[in-house]
Amino acid sequence: MEVLQLLVSGLANGCVYGLIALGFVLIYKATEAVNFAQGDFMMLGAFVALGLTNAQYLDLPFWIAAPLTISIMAVFGYLLDLFVLRHLFGQSQTAVVILTIAMGFVLRFIAGLIWGHEPQTLESPLALGDLQFGGVVLGMADVAVIVVTFLLTWSLYQFFQKTKLGLAMQAASQNQMAAYFMGIPVKRVQGLIWGLSGATAAVAGILFASKGAIDPNAGLLGIKAFAAAVIGGFGSLPGALAGGLIVGVIEPFAARYFAAGYSQIAPYALLLAVLVFRPHGLFSQVRVKKV
Amino acid sequence: MRIHFKTSYEHDIRLFQDRWTLGVYAALLALAFALPYLIDEFYLGEVTNVLIWAIAGLGLMLLTGQTGQASLGHAAFLAVGCYTNTILIEQGLPFVIAFPLAGVITGVIGTIVAIPALRLHGIYLAIATIALSILADDIIVLMEPWTGGVSGKFPEMITIFGFEIERWTMPSRFYYLVLVVTICCTLFYRNLLRSPLGRAFAAVRDSEVSATAMGVHIARTKATAFGLSCMITGWAGALMGYYAGTFNNETFSIVISITLLMMIVIGGLGSIHGAFFGAVVVAFLPQALSILKDGLVGGGVAIPGLETGVFGMILILFILFEPMGIYGRWLKIRIWLELFPFARKDMFRRQKSYLKTERLR
Repeated sequence: MEVLQLLVSGLANGCVYGLIALGFVLIYKATEAVNFAQGDFMMLGAFVALGLTNAQYLDLPFWIAAPLTISIMAVFGYLLDLFVLRHLFGQSQTAVVILTIAMGFVLRFIAGLIWGHEPQTLESPLALGDLQFGGVVLGMADVAVIVVTFLLTWSLYQFFQKTKLGLAMQAASQNQMAAYFMGIPVKRVQGLIWGLSGATAAVAGILFASKGAIDPNAGLLGIKAFAAAVIGGFGSLPGALAGGLIVGVIEPFAARYFAAGYSQIAPYALLLAVLVFRPHGLFSQVRVKKV
Repeated sequence: MRIHFKTSYEHDIRLFQDRWTLGVYAALLALAFALPYLIDEFYLGEVTNVLIWAIAGLGLMLLTGQTGQASLGHAAFLAVGCYTNTILIEQGLPFVIAFPLAGVITGVIGTIVAIPALRLHGIYLAIATIALSILADDIIVLMEPWTGGVSGKFPEMITIFGFEIERWTMPSRFYYLVLVVTICCTLFYRNLLRSPLGRAFAAVRDSEVSATAMGVHIARTKATAFGLSCMITGWAGALMGYYAGTFNNETFSIVISITLLMMIVIGGLGSIHGAFFGAVVVAFLPQALSILKDGLVGGGVAIPGLETGVFGMILILFILFEPMGIYGRWLKIRIWLELFPFARKDMFRRQKSYLKTERLR
């Protein structure tokens, strides 16, 4: 029973990692860049939701605030691409990496200025109540996290595989110039993907804030989501979710069965092991190009 | 306007371009040696801090600026250098042996770490080094018998053949020690760039495919770059330990790694000057901010995250408007002055490159 309980709480945490990892993968899939500030996007989304919902701020009903947060973050992502990232067009990936790390610092600073550094909780209807399944206690928030994550991953996967825009996004990442020649508006497509990833981060933020308290440093969770994205193989949406679940499940088990001091190492040790033995993740997309 | 008419290869690779350059650097060196007589002890300490950061920056610059491999885990190697130096001295080795050895050991460890990491490209390498930086913290705690764990360690006083050096009571002696190490590292770096190995580094950075075609062994070159980079970083770490006076597992956190990378980007990737310019920004920014803050909102008001926030904003502005960093801007101004009135607007424009996927190789 204890194992089952650990597994369930691990899955719920893993879904949050998976959601942030989805944001990484979206941007990587479409622009071959990695947004190191994705965790801070999630934090910002959580705080926007909190600012709209909580009684001490705007006091809107949750079901209005949640879609509003998602659209605010989508617009934020699009504008960020428009005003900042588009100027990096054609520069190396390292430049984007460093820029997004710096952006994370700035977002953390701004969030701290607006909402303070005390941990706060979102007054969310998801946070109420527990479910009992034969001895296993499940928080409503955990259930919501798991359901939403799976739905979101599935729909994003379908979006990339089936829709014209999704295919255009993949084409834009594989060869920018060829995509231009095929009539894909590469810059606008990249803006849209940043918006989409902002929206995903907002969903992750709302769910994360429903599960527990947040503070401006919550974005550092992004590092674990990295581990998730890498383990799953950057560029694969189901892989990101799987990676998130693996990291999420390993954590409580390591904390329970390993000696103190070794447990927090476990996700990173796994990350390094995956990088050494399967450098492109478990769901690798790297193929040798045939000439 | 100076005209360089190169008549031989020797001419092309020599250490100083002409007598004027030599004179400028000699004057700079003389100023650096006279500095303890010119400024008071507080500012001398700050300058020492700048030099230590510059050494660490040189280390990372060798890897990121010269070989093109971004590392977000160099704080781990600062820690290795710092702990190795302190432990070796505690074992009874004299400073003159322990300090160089600490750098060499860090370099060897760096090479060992690099070998699996070499299969990784760009982003994957950055992520692997992030993991390394996080793990370093936990590993230091786990190796408590050697490292002192959470309670940390205090480096002993430096003694070179009976000559004592201590950071707080004798800041000018410590300054000279750091200055000598800085000069050695800079000369090492500069000479490395003139050697075939340095050229190989640049070739790997600019195009791995072309480098292979020219007969450069990619994996070996990257491993060497990682090792040499870690060696210099290790020396910087050892000096940082002396400068701080005490250190534990949290001293060399991932924030230091990130700061280091940002520092060389602000300074200017791929140039020795860049490491120094960046170090000046990193070392003096906190002071400048606290002075500004006292002027604007009055002392005593703490704004958490202010330093990193402002640092991040500066960095974003640099990447957007001057990707070559402070050194790039300085170069542009200098060339504009030298060529006046013949400088053209587009002299530094580079050809646009288009992205191709890394997933199909």
